[in-house]
Amino acid sequence: MTGFQKKLWIALIIMALLSPLGIILPQKFNAGDAWGEWGTDTLEKFLGYVPEGLKKMADIWKAPIADYNLGDENASFIVQIVSYIISGILGITLVGGVVYLITRLLVKKG
Amino acid sequence: MHIPDGYLSPQTYLPLYGVSFAFWAIALRKLKSELSVKHIPYLAMTAAFSFIIQMFNIPIPGGTTGHAVGAGIAALLLGPWTAVIAVSVALIIQAIVFGDGGITAIGANCFNMAVVMPFTSYWVFKLAMGKSKNLSSPLFSKGGKGGFARLSIASFLSGYIGLSISAVITAVEFGIQPIIAADADGKPLYAPYPLSVAVPVMALEHLLLFGIIEGVVTAMLLKYFLKHEPDAVYAIRGDRQ
Repeated sequence: MTGFQKKLWIALIIMALLSPLGIILPQKFNAGDAWGEWGTDTLEKFLGYVPEGLKKMADIWKAPIADYNLGDENASFIVQIVSYIISGILGITLVGGVVYLITRLLVKKG
Repeated sequence: MHIPDGYLSPQTYLPLYGVSFAFWAIALRKLKSELSVKHIPYLAMTAAFSFIIQMFNIPIPGGTTGHAVGAGIAALLLGPWTAVIAVSVALIIQAIVFGDGGITAIGANCFNMAVVMPFTSYWVFKLAMGKSKNLSSPLFSKGGKGGFARLSIASFLSGYIGLSISAVITAVEFGIQPIIAADADGKPLYAPYPLSVAVPVMALEHLLLFGIIEGVVTAMLLKYFLKHEPDAVYAIRGDRQ
């Protein structure tokens, strides 16, 4: 790995450490979910009902670390912040690792 | 912009899976024949960057949140086809491991953010750069005349327009749901808001805020790479060939 590349990986880890800003700022400014990404509870509040098909499909997948949160829905903000950092580092590792794997298998050109 | 499960009808998400599969197949073939081993670390890092930048949710006070995608810089650094793979991997891990974006919507989300966006970003950059040649480092020394400004604007627009177009395409997918999938009473079965709501909301929030962030990130990182590792930048390499 070149020195430049090492610096970039370190920058990515620093971004992971700073990533909780991505949940702290929205909370400070009272901003909710991204448009079109509401859970069924929120939709119920907006519309007074949950569309039939949507209700059936909404929970089709149980993600191991849903919402980048290792605690449950009522986890304290500290738990969410720590979870977010861990998710960031895990995500960088997984994404980087999967890309390495794919390219190692495919790319032969020097 | 990560469409969750349940918002798209099967008649929307299945074809979009098909389209994304086609792009993945071509992209992987191109990767195999064109990517050289020395660029692999940049591919891995760009994918990781796309993942992490998306965790930085930016609030619209009292309203919603959004974020940059990193597909603009991915397209300029890696070329649009390789960017398809980088951003797709980030999006697929987000969906499977973190529940960010639906499993059924992986095809749609990858089409919007990992296909439409990198290609738009790349074309916009090329278009805005026009026939400016000799983009390599000399231009970057302080003496470069006008080239620096042009490059800043081109890379900003690349990210800005890329994300905005991607948001509008996503909004169209949301907005057509009430038309194509309603129950006997006309109640929507999936995403409930019509085009007349989805498109203006998504377009405005990305044009006014999130797109600007994407544009600034794209411009700053492109300049950083051109200064330190110009050979890693596909959009410039391409010009020399």
